[in-house]
Formats: sequence, structure tokens, C-alpha cells
Amino acid sequence: MKFPRLAAIAAVFAVSVTQANAEPIRIGEINSYTRLPAFTEPYKKGWQMALEEINAKGGVHGEKLEVISRDDAGKPGNAVKIAEELVKREKVALLTGTFFSHIGLAVSDYAKQNKVLFVAAEPLTDALIWSKGNDYTFRLRPSTYMQAAMLAAEAAKTDAVKWATVAPNYAYGKDAVAAFKQVLKKLKPSVEFVDEQWPALFKIDAGVTVRALEAAKPDGIYNVTFGPDLGAMVREGTVRGLYENRTVVSLLTGEPEYLEPLKGEAPKGWIVTGYPWYAIDTPEHNAFKAAYEKRWGETLKMGSLVGYNTMLSIAAVLEKAKSTDTDKMIAAMKGLKVATPQGEIVYRAADHQATMGSWVGRTDVVDGGGQMVDWRYIDGAEVLPTAEEAKAMRPTN
Amino acid sequence: MGFYFAQFLTGLASASSLFLVAAGLSIIFGVTRIVNFAHGSLFMLGAFIAYSISQQFGFWVAVPLAALSVGAIGWVMERTVLSRLYGAPELFQLVATFGLVLIVQDAALWIWGPTDLLGPRAPGLTGVVRIFDQPVPEYDLFLITVGFSVLGAIWWMFTRTRFGILVRAATEDREMLQALGVRPARLFQATFFIGAALAGLGGALEMPRQPVSLLMDLNIIAEAFVVVVIGGMGSVTGAFLAALLIAELNAFGILILPEITLVAAFAAMAVVLVIRPYGLLGKQATTAPHAVEIQPPQTLGEAGRLAAAVLVAALFVLPIIAGDFVIVLTADIMIFALFAAGLHFMMGTGGLVSFGHAAFFGIGAYAAALLVERAGIGMEAALILAPVAAAIGAAIIGWFAVRLSGVYLAMLTLAAAQILWSASVQWQDITGGDDGILGIWPAAWASGTTAYYYLTLALTTVGIVSLMMLASGRFGILLRAGRDAPARAQALGIDIKLRNWAAIVIAGSAAGLAGGIFAFSKGSVFPDTLAIPNSVDALVMVLLGGLHAPAGPILGASVFALLEDSLSRLPYWRALLGTAVVGIAVFAPGGIAGSLSGWLKRRRERSA
Amino acid sequence: MSTVLDVKGISRNFGGLKAVDDVAFILNNGDVAALIGPNGAGKTTCFNLLSGALSVNAGTVLFGGHDITRWQPHQRARAGIGRTFQIAATFRSMTAIENVEAALMAAGMNTDTAEKLLEDVGMSAMTAAPVTTLAYGDVKRVELAMALASEPALLLLDEPTAGMAAEERHRIMQRISDLVRARGITVLFTEHDMDAVFGYASRILAMDQGRLIADDTPDAVRNDARVQRVYLGAPEDGDA
Repeated sequence: MKFPRLAAIAAVFAVSVTQANAEPIRIGEINSYTRLPAFTEPYKKGWQMALEEINAKGGVHGEKLEVISRDDAGKPGNAVKIAEELVKREKVALLTGTFFSHIGLAVSDYAKQNKVLFVAAEPLTDALIWSKGNDYTFRLRPSTYMQAAMLAAEAAKTDAVKWATVAPNYAYGKDAVAAFKQVLKKLKPSVEFVDEQWPALFKIDAGVTVRALEAAKPDGIYNVTFGPDLGAMVREGTVRGLYENRTVVSLLTGEPEYLEPLKGEAPKGWIVTGYPWYAIDTPEHNAFKAAYEKRWGETLKMGSLVGYNTMLSIAAVLEKAKSTDTDKMIAAMKGLKVATPQGEIVYRAADHQATMGSWVGRTDVVDGGGQMVDWRYIDGAEVLPTAEEAKAMRPTN
Repeated sequence: MGFYFAQFLTGLASASSLFLVAAGLSIIFGVTRIVNFAHGSLFMLGAFIAYSISQQFGFWVAVPLAALSVGAIGWVMERTVLSRLYGAPELFQLVATFGLVLIVQDAALWIWGPTDLLGPRAPGLTGVVRIFDQPVPEYDLFLITVGFSVLGAIWWMFTRTRFGILVRAATEDREMLQALGVRPARLFQATFFIGAALAGLGGALEMPRQPVSLLMDLNIIAEAFVVVVIGGMGSVTGAFLAALLIAELNAFGILILPEITLVAAFAAMAVVLVIRPYGLLGKQATTAPHAVEIQPPQTLGEAGRLAAAVLVAALFVLPIIAGDFVIVLTADIMIFALFAAGLHFMMGTGGLVSFGHAAFFGIGAYAAALLVERAGIGMEAALILAPVAAAIGAAIIGWFAVRLSGVYLAMLTLAAAQILWSASVQWQDITGGDDGILGIWPAAWASGTTAYYYLTLALTTVGIVSLMMLASGRFGILLRAGRDAPARAQALGIDIKLRNWAAIVIAGSAAGLAGGIFAFSKGSVFPDTLAIPNSVDALVMVLLGGLHAPAGPILGASVFALLEDSLSRLPYWRALLGTAVVGIAVFAPGGIAGSLSGWLKRRRERSA
Repeated sequence: MSTVLDVKGISRNFGGLKAVDDVAFILNNGDVAALIGPNGAGKTTCFNLLSGALSVNAGTVLFGGHDITRWQPHQRARAGIGRTFQIAATFRSMTAIENVEAALMAAGMNTDTAEKLLEDVGMSAMTAAPVTTLAYGDVKRVELAMALASEPALLLLDEPTAGMAAEERHRIMQRISDLVRARGITVLFTEHDMDAVFGYASRILAMDQGRLIADDTPDAVRNDARVQRVYLGAPEDGDA
């Protein structure tokens, strides 16, 4: 190098690299904090609490964890840009987070291209671990298929034969409808699907959608809408009597994020997946609930549990791998067992999916608010395809 | 029969609430000529404020109070920000109102929190009425009544009150207003109050129909624009007819093709603009609003050329001294500089403002991605074909657009971009919908951060320099002639439409090249490359840099990217970015380059 | 003498108003013809129909033997029709010389002659001045230089002396007269100033309420009963 100044700059870089070894283990976290705060804020509180607990115990192998958390504003392009920044500028050991399926897929593709471990927290799409699965991506939350399969099993037990579906018009909605149809038809070949509605995500015109469903005169309705779309569907459907004398099966609606805002107008008798945090009575969960309420002064949400479990998983893999080398961490992720508030979960080696399960029950109004009743916990392993089947669905490279 | 009638009524109820928002937007545009992006934010604030008041005082008190509060907020917006921009070109106003959108979004998040809020239903109107044995909610009938009443009230105001007559005069003939001795400032304030109050009323009345959420602002604004443009900007009756058209199109379209709801509205808008360029009931304004300020372009000069050479040389050696992320960020800036340079070319030199420049960027990105994914061609050919595809897209959009001028042209480009965006979201078999197209990585020789950086540097330099040469050469001079004095230019033998069309095609292909490079640098393409915020980003970069300086797009893209990069780590960064955008529009309308050269000139004059 | 412009019964309506009603005339090579009439007689509309800025509802316009009735303004300009505007139109982002250079570029001609053109209209001292800084009379000169740049066969001048003081009017009319004679350009101009009209026109066309009411030599038109009635009935308001 000709210029002394360049040499000086190089020296500074070299120093910062050597210093990095003395610094905590950095974890890059990306999520849609401003696009869907209703879910991602509790999620953030969940992982923050786990992080505090882990570091209070001295971290992992004596090294503290540091999370660099960034907002992708709901744009996959941003998420990729941030992933790049986290990996190249912040030198994080691994990536985690994401909520929307398409953002999860985008980060997953980035992870594959750049050989970085990606522990996907929330995106539900099946493609993430199956058709577009890759070596570098693992996923915590029960997938669309798993949750839809749980609901289809319940739907098969009802008398409903003619079904109509309503789902947001993007990958998650399409997957959720396809999985439900597939499993329900297998369990009960006599069913018939008479109508499909595909409102644009968060842009539903609920009145006309409800009327279109009504016109098809189904026995059962399978709902995949969530967030503000769900509230509008409940109101417009209830006032028009759409749900009277019909079986309604609804994905994720039992999650407090979506059920609580409906307050006394929460639907009654819908079969849903969700998170009845108020009624789960195990020592692990009780401890988690008490700690969370103490730390944040608010009640649990689904996101809280997902965020908490995500950070526990990351600590567990670092513990097991004893290294931040990507290959070693991937090896450790396969078959990784994590003790969580809902019991032990396992990251399957075959398809990188965790066996975190979900709660299935019926909605009701209790004390003026929506709750899940008659629920039971279904372990993810019960509804996942076998290791061989799962492996067959993944690309071979 | 009964079913269809009830479906019609449901559509009519949606039309009413859409009309309330669109009517306010249309009146504000008619009087002040401001394209108010923040109108959706006023709608959202109406819903939130109504929710808060309703918790204490109930629904029926909350609705009128919310409307009045939002009217007051609109008045404050007018006083503090927009009143400073009446002399400024439309572009500045649009960008400033988009800054307000960002500020309101974070303010609402801060005040009301992230959770969706389900407001009360309207007491006394919670049941249904059976019409032809179909259940029709009482509240829908109430909304329909409100829609017609507001239409009647506005009609009465416009024809029977002095204020209304002045509003009409301002809409149809600016000079007449001055002849009448009216102080426009007062009229503009009153107009903003009424327009905002209508948006607030619309938002408050939405409370029983959907949860109040932070997504309400951007969800309504695109649709409200469609309604105002179809109806004819400034025409309230037109807005009513258009709201009816859009809502019924949706109500019946959903029965036949439930998957194309997004495309339908924008397609209708494009068709109307092609057949009736000024909308159903719109008139061409007597005083044509000026899209951009006419002033001599700043020239690069000797010093500028030297600076450019130094810049390229510095960029060339950057990978030797900088870390990976700096290189990535710099490559991003170069891509956005090329994207902005195309827009700068058609706006600065041609006076052609596009609110939908993301269309061409997106076409380039998707063309490259689809060619790689479907046709299996290599990166090199894809990068050549990306600008070609964008040029074809620009030729088609431009062919319709050059028949219009000013804000109508801008609105047509917005509609075109929105159609493409809707298609990218909903035509999932081809585009992958929201999932986008993944795995579009560069060819082996160009992969790796540094190699791709050099490819980006080469292509964007060629693109930007070509645009600069075109702008300062014969083509640019004659294009500018057509902008300055269209009739004069035509009388000299300049075919303005053809030349403007060519300018759009050139700008489009530059954006398409930028989009193609972007696709390979990120390895993926998503619908947000085609979305409104991407178009606004391009506008902000051009404005930030300075519309009349050759270096404008480069400065604008650099500052914008660095600003976004540094702000987006902070909480409430959208409000900060919004404040910055508003500040620039108000205080530095010449952009960075403009302010800089003004400062240099003053210094030189002082020392001389 | 060959026919340059042959106008055959052109009409143009605005709503119910017949702005130009069945107007027909011929301009021969070298004519310097004035188009006169009271305000609202249809002069400017007639100009716009000839330059293509407006399209006719009926009738035909032949220029150099070609039917140009449906041609766009820029096509007519390229065919050899130049014009100036009642309110002078120049390119406001450019200097005087850049304006003329742009005009030369538009005609596909070498820009070297720009300086000469400005000199011809008496603007050689201010070639580098931005047109926005020029006095109105000077802007009109620049516009004239632009109109001359393409060496048109026919020049349409819409009130070339409007907004000028009396002595300047004569200077500019004299200059125009010299330039067009030297170049053999056929001219049609409108004018309110009767001194300019009778001092420089070789022919006068008079319009009233959209119709052509006279087409003759200056002397004949001066004595035409209908023309006198029109001007006495609605006295000219000088320089509007």
C-alpha cells in the first residue's frame, strides 16, 4: 500500500477484527416491527426476556449474547438488505426472526447463498422447510400444514360436507387452503368445496365477501384471514347471520393477538388453533407466565412464546455446537432438543422443522372476552409427515 | 334477484364510505391543487380518535367530534406545512404530504399502540333489515344515507353559499378568484378543514365495520386516488359516481373473479383516463398547473467534470479500502442513482412528472428474474433485456401518458404502476405473488461482493453519463423547449408528443437497467419494487438532489440511502424520515445541489 | 407568381359560436398580407387553423400544393410555415442565443447562423442574456429570429408590434419588411395598429364575426363600405 493513511485504516480494521473475539456473540434479528406490530411487539418482548435470562446466567460457554434487531418494514427487499448488513457489517454469527412467509423465504434464500445459519421464528409457509428448504434454514413455529392438518382432523369429525374457504390472497393463504383441503379430503372423501374467496391481504371488503360466501350455501367455512381482516369478517358475517348453524374452522384465530381485540364480539364455537395461555397449567408455563407478566406488566401473546422459544433455541444450539462456525451450528441444529415453557421440542434433522405444537379448541366468550375452551395441545410431531416423506419433499442439492 | 339487489346495496355502503374520503381529497385538490397523500392518514386518525372518544362518550358523540378534530388537524397541516408550498411545483407538495404520512403513522403507533382496536358498533343500528328476504345490515343503510346526504350537502354548499361559490371559482378559474378580491389563504384553510373533516368522518364511520388499525391509511389512499382520478379531479359529483363504480365493480367482480380484486380498480382508472383524460366529470384546468419549475439547468462545468472523474476514480478504488458492507451500500446507492437519474431526466428536462416510476424499475427487475427463472438465460443477456423490457413497458404506458399533462400524466403513471403492482401480487403463477422470485444470483464471474460491485459501477456509470449527455445535447435541448413553451416548440417543427414519448422510454429503460442490476444484487425480486413507496423514494431522491442540477440524482440517492440507513435503526425512524422529507420540501426546494450552488454563487458574489 | 397558400372555405366552431366561418383566400409568393378586424373577429383562430394549433370543422388548406388540412403543427412547421404568437412565446430556461439555436436544431439546421439571425433582428448586443431578463419588445425580436430560423416559405405573425411603443413599432415593422423581402418570404400578419397595416401590407384581408368581408389592396380596403361600417360600429380599441 502506497499511502500511509490506507495502512492506518487497514490497521484499524485489523484491530477491530481481533477485538471482535472478546465481544459477545452477535445474533442478527430481523422482523416486521412496523408492519405488523400487533404480533411482532410481543414477540420482541419474548426474546428480550429470554436473552436477559440467558445473559443473567452468564451467557453461553461464558460468552454473552447480543442481539442486533432491525425492522424490515414488511418488505422482503429490505429484509435481504438488512441481512446483508448484519452479516457483512455487524458480523453476526447467525440470522433469526421474520414473520411474513415471503420475507422468511427471502432471508432463507440469502442464508443459502451466503452460507449463514437462519433460525426462522415465525413464518409459516411450508415451502421454507419443504419445497424450498435448504441446509441453512431451520424453523420453529408449527407450519401452515401442521396447523391446517390439526384443524382438518377436527373438521372431519363434524357433519359439514359442503365447505367454503376464505383466505388472504398470498402464499400463506394459498398454502393454508391447499393443506386443509388435502388433509380433509383424505380423512373424509365425501366433502365438497363449493366456494373460495381470496380477498387481498388487509384490504378485505368484508361485506361483499360475506355475501359471496353466503351465496354458496356451505355447511362449513374455513377461515384463514387474520389481523384487521378477521375483525371485519367477524362483524360483517355475524350481523348477516353467516355463521349461524354453520361449522366454522379458523386458523390462528385462538391466538390472543387476534382473539383479544374482538372482546365480547369474539365468535362462539369456532374450531381454532391458538394459545390459551390463561388456562395452561404446567409448572414450566406457570413460571414463564409469571416472569413475563412481571417483566412487561402485560399478559402473554402467541408472539411472546415464539420469541422466547426462538432465543432459547439459539442459546441451545450455541451451547451444543460450542462454536459459531456455521457448519458446526447446522450440525448441532439437527435433532436439537430445547426445553421450552410448553415442553421439549426437537428440530427434526430430516426437514429442519421444530416439533413445537399448537393448541386446538373452540372459541367462546368468557368474562366479556374471547377465549379458547375445550382445548388440547397437539404436539407437532403428531401431524408432521414421516422423516422419509419430509425428506422427499426437499430439494436434493 | 333479491341476492343481487342486496349485493348492490352492500356495494353502495362501501361506495359511501369511499366517497367521503374521496370527496375531501377532490375538493382539496380542486382548490389548492395539492395531491394530498396524507389524506389516508386523516382517515385513519378519524377512526383512532373516534375510537378513543367512543370509550368515554359512546359512538354517536364520537363520530362528529372525531370529524371535527380531524378537520382541525387538517387545518394545522395546511398552516404549518402545505401553506408554504403553494408556489412550489406539485412534486414538492406530493413529496411533503408523503412525509406527513410517515409522521402520522409513527404518531398513531406511539399514541394508540400496535394492537388493532375494535371500536363499538353503532347503537340502534346493530341489526339487519330483510329486503327481498336478504339480510341487509341497518348500518349499511345508514352509511348509504350518509353518503347521499353528504353529496346533497356539498351540492347545496357549492350552489347556495358564498363559500361554495368561491370554492368552485377556485377550482375552475383561479384568476376569477383574484378578481373577486378573495384572500386565497382563508379559502385554502377552510377547504383543508372541510376536506380533512370529511376524511375523519369517513374514518370514524368505518369503526363499526372493521377494526381500527395502523394499516388503514395506505389501504384507503390508493383507492381514494383512483376514485378522484376517475371522477375528475376537483369534481365531487364525479367522485360520487366513481366511488359507486369502483365499489360495485368490486361487489360483483368478487362473485366472478374473487382473485383479481386489486387489479380491477386500477384497470378501470387506466381505461377511464385513456377515454376521458380528465376523468368522468373533470375539466381541464384553465390555469394548467405547472408540474415542475422552469429554470435554466445548472451546467456541469469544468469543475463538475473534474469532480465526476474524481468520484468515478474514488468508486473504483473503494473496494480496496472499504469493508464488504460499505461496498454493498455504495452499490445500492449507484443503482438508485441510475433509477433517479432517469426520473430526473424526464422530470427536470422534459417536465414530465411520474408518480409511478417504480413501474419501470419493477419491469426491469421482474424481466431479469423471469428470464433467468423461466427461460434459463444467463445474467448477461438478462441485464441487456431488462432495460429493453422496461423500454417496451414505457413505450406502452408513455403512449397513453403523453396525451396528458401535469398531474394527470403523473396520475396515469401511478395507475399503470399500480396495475403492474397488483398483477405482481395476484398473478401468482407467473410472478410468485408476494413470495416473489428467489435465487436470481449473478453469473459466476460477477458473483461475490466486489465483482458485482464493479459490474454495477460500470453499468450505472454508462447509464448516468448517457443520460447527462442526452440532457445537455440536442435531444435534451429540444425536449426542454417542448417543456418551456409547447406551442412555440411545435411551431418550430418539434413533435412534442413523440419527443416526450421518447424521453419516457429512455427514462424507463434507465430504470429498467437499475431494476435488473438490483435483482441480481439482491438475488430476488418482490412486488415492493413496483409499489408506491418505491416510486416516492425515486421522487424524494430527485427532489433531495435538486431537479435542475446534473449531479442531483447522484447526490439525492447518496443522501437518501445514508439517511435511511442511519435512521432505520432508531425507534420511530419513519417519523424522523418524514420530518426530514417535509423539511427539505419546505426549506430547500432547490435540493442539495441547488442550495449548494446557490451558496457558492452568493459567496462568489460577496468576494467579487 | 405562384400560389403559396390556398385556403378553401375553412370553418371552426366553439360550441354554438362560429369563430371562423367559411373563410377562403389565396396568398401568392411574396405577398405581405395583413389580416385585420375588430377583437373577436376570428383573426387568431384563423391563424391557429393555418398553423395547425386548432383543427378545422370544415374546409381545406393547401400549402405549396399539398393538402395540409389534417397535418399537426410540427408537420406544417417542417413543411415551411413559421409563426409568432400574440403573446411572445420563447423557451424561458434558455438565453436569447440558445432559443435561436434550439429553433435551428428543430429545423435540422446548423446552429452557427444563430448569431447572424439575432443580429438581423437587432439583438446582437444581448445574445447571452436569459430571455426572462429581456424587455418584452426584445423577447418579440428573439421570437422573430426563431421563426425565421427554419427559413420558412410562409410566416404567420400574430400582432408583431403588440406591447411596443410607437417608434419601436415602426422599427420592427421596417425590419420585418426588409427581412422578408430579402428572403422572399410570404407573410400574413394580424395587427391592431392601422399605421403598421397600411404602411407595410401589400394586401389586406378584413374579418368580421368569423367571416372574411374584404380581400384587396390597402386603398381598396380603406374605402370598402363594409370595412368602414365594421370599424365605425365597433371602433378599434387600439392596442389590446
